[in-house]
Amino acid sequence: MSFNRVRIVEKEEILEVKGLTKHFPIKMGFFKTLLAKELPVVHAVDSISFEIKRKEIFGLAGESGCGKTTTGRLTLRLIEPTAGHVLFKGKDIFLLSENEIRKTRQKIQIIFQDPYESLNPRLSVYDAIAEPLRIQQVLESEEAVGNRVKEVMEDMDLVPPEEYIYRFPHELSGGQRQRVAIARAFALQPDYVVADEPVSMLDASTRSEVVSLILSLVKKFHVSFLYITHDIALTRYICDRIAVMYLGKIVEQGPTDEVVLKPFHPYTEALIAAIPVPDPTARRSEIVIKGEVPSAINPPSGCRFHPRCPYAKEICKKEEPQLIELKKDRYVACHFPLE
Amino acid sequence: MAFLEVKNLQMYYLTLRGWVKAVDDVSFGLEKGDALGLAGESGCGKTSAALSILKLLPHNGKIFKGRIDFDGTNLLTMPDVKFRKEIRWKKISTIFQGAMNSLNPVMKIGDQIVEALTFHENIRKKEARDRAGKLLDLVGIGATKIDRYPHELSGGMKQRTMIAMALACNPELVIADEPTTALDVIIAAQVLGLMRELQEKLKLTIILITHDLSIISEICNKTAIMYAGKIVEQGDTISVYKEPLHPYTQKLIDAFPSVLGDRRKELAGIPGFPPNLLDPPSGCRFHPRCPYAMEICKKEEPKIVEVGKNHEVACHLIG
Repeated sequence: MSFNRVRIVEKEEILEVKGLTKHFPIKMGFFKTLLAKELPVVHAVDSISFEIKRKEIFGLAGESGCGKTTTGRLTLRLIEPTAGHVLFKGKDIFLLSENEIRKTRQKIQIIFQDPYESLNPRLSVYDAIAEPLRIQQVLESEEAVGNRVKEVMEDMDLVPPEEYIYRFPHELSGGQRQRVAIARAFALQPDYVVADEPVSMLDASTRSEVVSLILSLVKKFHVSFLYITHDIALTRYICDRIAVMYLGKIVEQGPTDEVVLKPFHPYTEALIAAIPVPDPTARRSEIVIKGEVPSAINPPSGCRFHPRCPYAKEICKKEEPQLIELKKDRYVACHFPLE
Repeated sequence: MAFLEVKNLQMYYLTLRGWVKAVDDVSFGLEKGDALGLAGESGCGKTSAALSILKLLPHNGKIFKGRIDFDGTNLLTMPDVKFRKEIRWKKISTIFQGAMNSLNPVMKIGDQIVEALTFHENIRKKEARDRAGKLLDLVGIGATKIDRYPHELSGGMKQRTMIAMALACNPELVIADEPTTALDVIIAAQVLGLMRELQEKLKLTIILITHDLSIISEICNKTAIMYAGKIVEQGDTISVYKEPLHPYTQKLIDAFPSVLGDRRKELAGIPGFPPNLLDPPSGCRFHPRCPYAMEICKKEEPKIVEVGKNHEVACHLIG
């Protein structure tokens, strides 16, 4: 681990990520493999660290391909890391045996992006929500399962439950589907939930309803969220803190409002400047960076953002900036942070 | 007369369960050089309205009423052959939703543009290829990429290719259906910037269809808000955004997060769900979700009335 900015472990910390790295190998032909000196890999996630406290919503923002979803999956051990640790309540989930991790999964859950894809079209709402309860065998009787299903549906504002339990996903609207998907995740009363773009497929009017549902769940059940999104404008309404990722690295991290209103990293600045504002009279700043995200197979040397950075200097090409605490709780990885 | 005038357009889809009233009595007009944003939630009929202008409706879609006057001629009474040869793509072209899936994956992008050109214009292949190269330069891809296949391009480049294709025959009106939905914010901002630039340069008239109000505020000078197959409010973008009069418009604007705005202002949703267009609510179609609904709203359909210069609303609270 090149650096460690994780604070001393406190009781309330639900999740700790330390130096997490994931490189996906690239499939090549047999002969190419023999000839290659070094097998090429996609640097999906490169040595990132953060921690999430109880009742906290931690946002992970960035463009597609920056590694945010891979990070989310790693924290649930849905994929194995190349290096690094994820501590859930102080225990490294990568050291657990198959049986232990299966048990732990009761407490760590995920909500997927697209409720049109993530729900089995052949399971009724009842069966969809009962499925995790049955798999984990936490309840003795089917009657208890039924009660729990109704209870969790009420928590999701799917009321009265009787009206919905026999329906199939195609009989529900997008917002209702996503509520069912959230109910599935909450059936086992998790402590930590990864929400992977949970509202990006929803219409504006239903989006805010699902957002307020997520906020109310945090209050009510004291869960922690890792909220993965590309929509920085929305993170201000949801997340307590955010980390901005670029090509597998965290480039900036801090309390959401501070990061959005006064970004230190040029990439964060550009990302925020690119968001259209629903106000025809407000002209946003014209910092639109050129080009597209480079390949994660051969990430640029030095600072990975330097080829697109409007402020790049010689040192940025050679030396990789470390994530340092510039101000209290504000971390940035840049040689020339904006002031 | 306006450059494009859609009048009392009524377009239904026949399904096994009956007629879906996708576009019901919709009227709007556009002057040359205008950019109109057509906004609304999914299923409100905005894409159907646009497809009617292009006469690209699926076989179960039927236009019952109305007229679409483009540059003085009614498109709806024009024979299909004539429309295909003279209007579609030459005068009115479109940028489809989801650039990822609109390009032919087994054809080089240059050839796809050449195909569009040689079909509509009587030119040689060589000449068409030169023009395809110029178009790719225009949209910022560069003529050198003319022999690339779609899978070799990123999402933003594919969307630019779609724009180049739409501009191939120098159209006067371009209908862009959710042109940036699948793109990342930075790439989306680049594509929007390109569209704004091209509109000025080529004096294009644009209809932009989107669910995202913030995109409309970026490039459109006119806005029309649709709900359940009807236009509930339309006018100059600034008046619609600054003084929204229809409760639906107000709620929709409140539902959008803003990076600049006050975070404490809670993001408001609209309770309830959009109605089923097989059997839309009586009276005002928004009344079941409207906080100000009165008795009359259930019974009588509000007429769209002018409330100011270039600003129309259909609501019983007004007028």
